[in-house]
Amino acid sequence: MDIDQVPQEGNCTMGGYRRAMYARDKDGRIVIVPSLGGEVDETVTLQALDRIQEQTEEARARVLAGESSPLEYWMYAQRLDLPQLSQVSGLWKWRIRRHFRPEIFAKLSPKILQNYAWVMGISVDQLRKLP
Amino acid sequence: MNVVIEKFQHHHAAHCESGVASSMLAHHGVPISEAMAFGLSSTMAFAYLPFVKFAGFPLIAYRMPPKHILKGMVKPFKMRFHFETFRKPEAGMRRLDELLTQGKIVGIQTGAFWLPYFPADMRFHFNAHNLIVYGKEGDEYLISDPVAEMPVRCASDALQRARFATGLMAPKGLLYYPESIGQTTVTPEAVRSAIKKTVRTMLGPVPIVGVRGIRMLANRVAKLDPADKLSLNYAGHIVRMQEEIGTGGGGFRFLYAAFLQEAAQITGIAELTVLSERMNEVGDGWREFALKAARMIKGREPFEPKKLAEMLHGQAESEKSFFQELKRAIA
Repeated sequence: MDIDQVPQEGNCTMGGYRRAMYARDKDGRIVIVPSLGGEVDETVTLQALDRIQEQTEEARARVLAGESSPLEYWMYAQRLDLPQLSQVSGLWKWRIRRHFRPEIFAKLSPKILQNYAWVMGISVDQLRKLP
Repeated sequence: MNVVIEKFQHHHAAHCESGVASSMLAHHGVPISEAMAFGLSSTMAFAYLPFVKFAGFPLIAYRMPPKHILKGMVKPFKMRFHFETFRKPEAGMRRLDELLTQGKIVGIQTGAFWLPYFPADMRFHFNAHNLIVYGKEGDEYLISDPVAEMPVRCASDALQRARFATGLMAPKGLLYYPESIGQTTVTPEAVRSAIKKTVRTMLGPVPIVGVRGIRMLANRVAKLDPADKLSLNYAGHIVRMQEEIGTGGGGFRFLYAAFLQEAAQITGIAELTVLSERMNEVGDGWREFALKAARMIKGREPFEPKKLAEMLHGQAESEKSFFQELKRAIA
């Protein structure tokens, strides 16, 4: 990659930051070039974010239909999935899946709710309902 | 608490761990570039791990696992690293303050999701993000995050949360600093043995690592069902690992090309300059793959997994012949 090929069109997911890329200058030396990002990296980041958004909205619909608990909604909203929530919370996946059942979620102990809230970076009050 | 280690200089880097390694060594009188830290630790690689799932997709890495770079500095610089983890977050924060008061810059491992200065769209649950703390003003830590162009700041409660993030590769408050450095220049022998190690990794017999790993991924991509919506996400996932996750572009290949240029100087093997050019071209090949995949995701051209698989096979082929020549060059 030459310096003039380093993407600089901008990438809306980078929040104005520039990332360091390596490219060849006119003397053939490979140097660090700050990049504003470009369409390729923007496309794949947005695609990943869209996927999470989609999962979050599907979970919201299930909660509204009474098929799932707000826990599932918040899991996706905080960019986790079931294996990851299991890893960060230290709870088995089957246990978390059980907590997705509204009637069981309603009876969870404050301690378990507190743990979920903490690993997801939200308050217990937030966790109890949809935003 | 107010303490700033004035002497410390922040450097912008492509990758967090190689950036931390080079800034930290430079601070201690060993001026090496990020590319040198990356190459000297033999970190360039390729791995396709179908059984490790990352957000529902297999782990695809263009480098060796986290901590490889830091540990790779030990031998070439005859250094001793002090690593410390903590059970209690309060103890971990106290220790950090203590070391800063002693005038030390401190490397720490954090969970990127919890760092408030990260752009919101980039905050994913990745627990092996390294950075350097070089001071504290009031409640805010002064941070040199290598992937940020300028130094940043972070409030102590947020930093504590990031250092004690749970989950895969949990940092457990890890902090580190060099205890002693016995060698302050890069020797030709160290460079040669580092290159040899990378050649072994890339041409090795493990089917999911190196050139064979690229082929295995290519075969997997060829089997993607174009009718399945998630197949496009699979392609996007590969490109994210390659371009977005702090690689300097082309899945670290340009960074390695930069290392080979320096390696040519140090070892006096002129052929390494030529090979650096070749590596640059290999990196361009990865960029073309990324561009193709992005066009398919955007719907500008039909999604044909076979075409992407072909390009990956092409990359495997060019990396294979590249590393065979590299092997001869340093033999």
